[in-house]
Amino acid sequence: MIRIVNIGMNHESAPIELRECLAKDPAHADKALALMREISCIKEGMFLSTCNRVEALFTTEQTAEAKSSVVDLLSELGGTPFEDLSSSLFTHEGQDAVRHIFRVASSLDSMVIGEPQILGQMKDAYASATKEKTTGVILNRLLHRAFHTAKRVRTETGISEAAVSVSYAAVELAKKIFNDFKGKKVLLIGAGEMAELAARHLLTHGVSAITVANRTFHKAVEVAQGFKGVPVSFEEIGAQLLEADIVISSTAAPGYVITHEQVKGSMKKRRNRPLFFIDIAVPRDVEPEVNDLENAYVYDIDDLKGIIQVNISEREEEAVKAERIVEEEVIKFEHWLKTLEVVPTIVSLKDKAETIRQAELKKSLSSLGELSPSQIKSLETLTLSITEKILNDPIVFLKQKADRPLGKTYLDTARRLFRLDRENGDEVDHGSEQDDRTSEEKH
Amino acid sequence: MVLFLYGFALILILLATAAFIVYLVRQKKSTYHWAYRLLLVGFAFLSFFIGYEYYTLGVAPVLTLKSSLSFFAWAILLVYLLFHLKFRLMVLGSFVAPLAACLLILSSTLPAGEVAVKPIFRSLWLPIHIGTAFVGNGFFAVTFVAGIMYLIQESQIKKKRLGSLYSRLPSLETLDSINHFALICGFTFMTAGMITGSIYAQVALGSYWRWDPKEVCSLIAWIFYAVLLHERLTVGWRGRRAALLSLFGFLVLVLAFVGANLWLSDYHSFRNMGGRPG
Repeated sequence: MIRIVNIGMNHESAPIELRECLAKDPAHADKALALMREISCIKEGMFLSTCNRVEALFTTEQTAEAKSSVVDLLSELGGTPFEDLSSSLFTHEGQDAVRHIFRVASSLDSMVIGEPQILGQMKDAYASATKEKTTGVILNRLLHRAFHTAKRVRTETGISEAAVSVSYAAVELAKKIFNDFKGKKVLLIGAGEMAELAARHLLTHGVSAITVANRTFHKAVEVAQGFKGVPVSFEEIGAQLLEADIVISSTAAPGYVITHEQVKGSMKKRRNRPLFFIDIAVPRDVEPEVNDLENAYVYDIDDLKGIIQVNISEREEEAVKAERIVEEEVIKFEHWLKTLEVVPTIVSLKDKAETIRQAELKKSLSSLGELSPSQIKSLETLTLSITEKILNDPIVFLKQKADRPLGKTYLDTARRLFRLDRENGDEVDHGSEQDDRTSEEKH
Repeated sequence: MVLFLYGFALILILLATAAFIVYLVRQKKSTYHWAYRLLLVGFAFLSFFIGYEYYTLGVAPVLTLKSSLSFFAWAILLVYLLFHLKFRLMVLGSFVAPLAACLLILSSTLPAGEVAVKPIFRSLWLPIHIGTAFVGNGFFAVTFVAGIMYLIQESQIKKKRLGSLYSRLPSLETLDSINHFALICGFTFMTAGMITGSIYAQVALGSYWRWDPKEVCSLIAWIFYAVLLHERLTVGWRGRRAALLSLFGFLVLVLAFVGANLWLSDYHSFRNMGGRPG
């Protein structure tokens, strides 16, 4: 009996050092795929490797053997001893593996729940697996259902709606102040990872120009280069306040870099066009009273973190809904998997009918004498539709009962009723049945 | 026939309003599409109703408070549909439709009096005057609604308390530009309404301006809107201040519309038009 197995590590099961060992080299994934192909007891396989997770997904009939081969493979790949690795790995089998894959695709298993990247990474991993032709009927279906589940989760729940990082939260806010970012200008004061990330997000959302100011002009030039922006000196900030629409500030200055008085003066000159300050610095760069000015909005790091906190708890609430969707899809997939078990029986049933039909047709044709091609054609059609119509009900019945408790009994009865096993004798081994089920599924 | 058209229009617009409110809460696009279609059909019925009344009465059906409230609702919906073509802002309907529905409900509660049409109203100037004036009012109703939406959104962002309406309302810039655009259009139509009104008065009564309470109220509102528009265009008043002022301006307008008609009786009053007051 074939089983879906999933072995891997994620941010919960393994420390970062170990994940790094396996994920550091992008070529690892391809190599792992090639190695998995070598393992004879693995029928279908796929390998997913991102900075937070490494997972092997495969189907096998010899579960224990396949599992230990895959762990060997992983330890070889990461250059870590077997013992170190095995304690950090999780293993899911059967329904649990299906659920796990659906949860990963829906970003429920991610470090930041709802982050959108994982789905793309999974699609890439699947694409390279299909390119190498290491996936088959079961994994193809599993992955497609996983992508479908992820889509449902995304559209039916608010799990990836609100921003959960400071820089994204800032961009989301800017979107509620400005209609679109086309023609809008950003002034970046100081440097720092979070501030530059926010500026980069704004750029990808369509902001037209970035100006960079820094206490040391040399540094401003350096940062500006990264954004294709314009460097200005620290003294020019006052003048830049007339031009900019969004100001991101992140300096190490002990006092305020931008004062109430300064902004008040420039608001008049800029004809009250809205001005949005994102103050990431600690201590703050923008005097809090600036927020009291009409059409000026100031958000400091605590405000942004407050928004994120609310969003994270909202996501957790939405995750409950998402888990329900995953469970629904797991049940559907299990049902499909069960119908897969009846496929070999259906195929041999059809084969038998076809063999009988061909033989009888041949006999009749030889005794009927000269017939026109159209007459032969209609005899073909006649016999074909008789066999098809007779077999239709039993086949539908078997498919319906596939995931019922008595499914196995019905299957067995059908095989005996039509003498399917004795007919083929010992010629049918498990392997060829496997091929049948593959070909059936493609039709 | 009249009752049939009016009843259908009322029911459809009420259903559309309900759907728009459900859309605001649930944020389902399909709900919105239903709401929009219902509103469109409701608007068509209302248009037929007004057209039919015009036909049977022989003059523009604005001689009673009841019918002019329906006409006001019609003008608001017309302006909303025009805005929809320009801005495609789905959430606007959730705020405009209730306003139109309120006017219609108000109108439906008033008794339909017998109208004796005086010959003075059998002039082409009447439909031109009230048409421009009411479309202008429709635009101002949109500035009012956009102003409310702006103030809600602005206070959420300013106070850093992002409530459930935060994600449902559009950006401040969008709301401000709707407010701005509606103000320009509303002002243009209002000016046209006042000019045609005075020509009508000259033709019918022999003087351009008679210091009728409604005229005075309208003039106050007109001056108010003129100042707002001027400040917007020259100094760059916008945002919260502009939103607040458009709220206030609309209230003056409503006073001019209802108050002057009912209490400060003169020739603009429905009582003197031949219809019984509601």
